[in-house]
Amino acid sequence: MTNLKEIQRSLLVSLWFMFLTFPIMVIRVNPLEKVVIWRWYNMLYVGIGSFLLSFVWRYFIRQKELGKKKNETDGQKSFSLSRRAVDDPRAYIPLLSAVACFTIAFPFIFSMYQTNIMITVLIYVMLGLGLNIVVGLAGLLDLGYVAFYAVGAYTYALLNFHYGLGFWTVLPIGAALGALFGILLGFPVLRLRGDYLAIVTLGFGEIIRLILENWNEFSQGPSGIANISKPGFFGIHLSLQNSTIYIYFIMVGLTLFTILVVNRLQNSRIGRAWIALREDEVACQAMGIDKRKTKLTAFALGATWAGMAGVVFAAKTTFINPASFTILESIVILCIVVLGGMGSITGVIAGALVLILLPEYLRAFSEYRLLIFGTMLVIMMVFRPGGIIENVRRTYEFELKEGKELKNED
Amino acid sequence: MLKIVGLNSYYGNIHVLKDVNIDISEGEIITLIGANGAGKTTTLMSISGLVPPRSGEIYFEGKPIQGMVPDKIVSLGICQVPEGRRIFPYLTVTENLDMGAFLRKDKRVVKNDMEHIFDLFPLLAERRRQAGGTLSGGEQQMLAISRALMARPRLLFLDEPSLGLAPLVIKQIFEIITKINKESNTTIFLVEQNANLALKTAHRGYVMENGRITLSDSAENLFSNEAVKKAYLGL
Repeated sequence: MTNLKEIQRSLLVSLWFMFLTFPIMVIRVNPLEKVVIWRWYNMLYVGIGSFLLSFVWRYFIRQKELGKKKNETDGQKSFSLSRRAVDDPRAYIPLLSAVACFTIAFPFIFSMYQTNIMITVLIYVMLGLGLNIVVGLAGLLDLGYVAFYAVGAYTYALLNFHYGLGFWTVLPIGAALGALFGILLGFPVLRLRGDYLAIVTLGFGEIIRLILENWNEFSQGPSGIANISKPGFFGIHLSLQNSTIYIYFIMVGLTLFTILVVNRLQNSRIGRAWIALREDEVACQAMGIDKRKTKLTAFALGATWAGMAGVVFAAKTTFINPASFTILESIVILCIVVLGGMGSITGVIAGALVLILLPEYLRAFSEYRLLIFGTMLVIMMVFRPGGIIENVRRTYEFELKEGKELKNED
Repeated sequence: MLKIVGLNSYYGNIHVLKDVNIDISEGEIITLIGANGAGKTTTLMSISGLVPPRSGEIYFEGKPIQGMVPDKIVSLGICQVPEGRRIFPYLTVTENLDMGAFLRKDKRVVKNDMEHIFDLFPLLAERRRQAGGTLSGGEQQMLAISRALMARPRLLFLDEPSLGLAPLVIKQIFEIITKINKESNTTIFLVEQNANLALKTAHRGYVMENGRITLSDSAENLFSNEAVKKAYLGL
């Protein structure tokens, strides 16, 4: 009985779609010969396609709802595979070592092209983890994050161009300048939140890009800066291939460092203040949390990683121009965080892998890239709103003293 | 303990508090009653720095505190339970309590205090691993009060603790308020619309009308005052 109803519904959907797409799919006007071509077969395709899609879609939604009900009646959460992998040491130690081996062996097994892609992925992991502090933990929607990335990249490019400073000297400078710009952005937006904050940060990102594009004397405008030196290895000149491998390992190291620091931050006092700020600002202030300081540190610490990632980016490509730092880039980073799972470190890594690797390997469909992107996000938000790997927050535990038992232990 | 002299507060151009004078001594339960929009919550917000007053003086234990930032005021020992509870919905009960002790550095004592809270509110102990947002209204109010207590305030502000709760739960909450006041000698400043219960709990009371304090007396006297009876007690 329900099946018949479902079919009926899908039929209605397909009829509706056939009607909607009628003008563009069926009618074709040839203005030269002044004839109208009726492509009725297209209508058939649209009908069948939308019928099947809507049927499958509703089937999965039903499955999801069933799963939810089952969880509730069971009274305990059924743990997903990804979650078990995070929780159980027997599962994650072999998994982690396998990942580590793969990471170390990667540049020696695969071609330089693949290694370069992997460096990009790692840069985005770093950017994602940085943005995760601002968006995932502190709950401040930042759409201009790419500006800090640009600051880092231009810091290295300009200091290298004018003063010949090396990669390792500029890395901390880039990080510091990123943090400084984070605070610079933080001050005017202290009172804002939600949509207003998003708009202002969006503007900030564009301002930085426009400055770089138009201030020719400073940044050489749209023609960019070329011949940026690659990182040196104790003064030894490396071949192109070796230097790529070298950058790869630098990036692996930096990513590990980022993961370590962000993980520590998450469980620290300031991390808890960020989470509280995300949940309720007024309550936060009533508890004596300094709103200004907390917001500013979130912006500054988030931007630090973008600054560092920018330095590596400039060193990797040896050429930068403002076109690399458009709003679309900010959105990609934001998508990594949201798709991967807000606030979750493994999620951000998974998100970066999916969002950077997929377009690389889907070059055949490059015209439909954004379409696939969008569809994926929609499907994701319906079926896994928490992201690919949902954040399993380490909760603060409180154990009662011995000898004190609760009456109703759950 | 707290002395407010000629306090004036504004929201933009709107003059909300007009020359408010309030005096609170240590160990008292003071209540501020009044109709909707009289300025009760604004009074609390002005004292705790969330709405900085435009003129007037606030002294806490002799020191002026007007114009200070909110976190500084909390660190002095003034803590508030905001209107509408405002617990952190996605943090567990324990984490909510832990946030209350944010400014404290003595981790060991904090742990003891948490135990004390769980003794005071056995219901919260049962639910200590649950997210704050999944608690019922009454439990959330208990959590909000406990969270404020975790800061070990010497002066506790309660903004409408009876808001949206069942009469039985309200009674329970007010019993706890009295208990807190007696046991740890915490001074309590209670802002309430439920004048009946507030005056039964408090030692002294102030009546606020349109941003002005119109009456101030002992709670018993206010309770038997004809004007108050008519306006707020519905007798």
